[in-house]
Amino acid sequence: MSKFARKKGKGSQSINTASLPDIVFMLLFFFMVATTMRETEVQVRVRVPEATEVKKLEKKSLVSYIYIGRPVAHVARMYGTEPLIQLNDKLVSEEGIPYESIQDFVLFEREKLPESDKNRMTMSLRIDENISMGKVDDVKQALRRAKALIINYSARKEYRDQGRQR
Amino acid sequence: MARETPEVNGGSLADIAFLLLIFFLVTTTMDIDTGITRLLPPEPEEEQETQVQVNKRNVLVVLLNRSDRLMVGGEEMDRLELKDEVIEFFTNPLNKEDLPVMEDTEVQFPPGSSTLLPPDGVWRGKVSKGVISLQNDRSTTYGKYLQVQNELVAAVNTLRNDFCKLYFDKDYDDLNTNNPVEEEIQEGIRQIYKMNISESEPKNIGGRN
Repeated sequence: MSKFARKKGKGSQSINTASLPDIVFMLLFFFMVATTMRETEVQVRVRVPEATEVKKLEKKSLVSYIYIGRPVAHVARMYGTEPLIQLNDKLVSEEGIPYESIQDFVLFEREKLPESDKNRMTMSLRIDENISMGKVDDVKQALRRAKALIINYSARKEYRDQGRQR
Repeated sequence: MARETPEVNGGSLADIAFLLLIFFLVTTTMDIDTGITRLLPPEPEEEQETQVQVNKRNVLVVLLNRSDRLMVGGEEMDRLELKDEVIEFFTNPLNKEDLPVMEDTEVQFPPGSSTLLPPDGVWRGKVSKGVISLQNDRSTTYGKYLQVQNELVAAVNTLRNDFCKLYFDKDYDDLNTNNPVEEEIQEGIRQIYKMNISESEPKNIGGRN
């Protein structure tokens, strides 16, 4: 009856979704660039301590990881609950001090690097905060023996209220 | 004669992209690795058995015992006081007899990089000969050890940063290592405030384990 009524009833207006794939692809590419693939399955539980003076680890290709912590549930069924050492993706199951394993591991990792970077190899120690230093000292001694001297104690950034007080 | 090309149905493209997106969201990690980088001392050579004699006043012994109690230079101390103690140890502002010897040193900075330096860019001043010896027991917890390590690094970083602010009006961390001038500045500051923290050979402190 009026000119307003005519607009209605012609089927619902649909939103143009032609650009939706573009948007999603953009998101996809962002995530592909901004993230790294999870390469290793960590088989020990590691909660790294907090520290204020942490720096970012540059050059991921130079870094090898050593994890120390109590094994996660399904590993604990096989190896018990005592703290274990994991080198990159390999769990060290032997008893006592795994000097040999660490030495082999360092040699193996160093072999993978180009000649110019061999002396810049960094060992990232991802160690649970409740582990006792005995185990850590053993690993450090093994690393010294294997001449892998650059180490990085992995830690989370801690923000302190007082700031940089002097 | 132009025939109409059949159009591909693009309706499912969004679904496919979403699927990929979710796959990457699940399989990737966002966390950046952060931590404190340190240098281990090289393995001593066989014939190098004799200990290097260090003047007693140049050494600050920081000891963490098996029950995670902190002892600095023979006195028990709270962790939060450690930083100031270390800064005093490294600067020896009052020229005390029991704090480290300060040695006259010349350090070359890029000429003209700072108005506080002479034109040739050589800094002349005193550099501490102090060394911090960090010792721990086998039953010390790693978390506490790293906290102490952190305080020691924080002290040296503060000294470096203050120097850098004073002379070059910039944060030490903001110096760009890809820039040769700023890299030389960083190298110079590192010579003035050395990260002299020695992690001793493991030994048992405070009785048997």
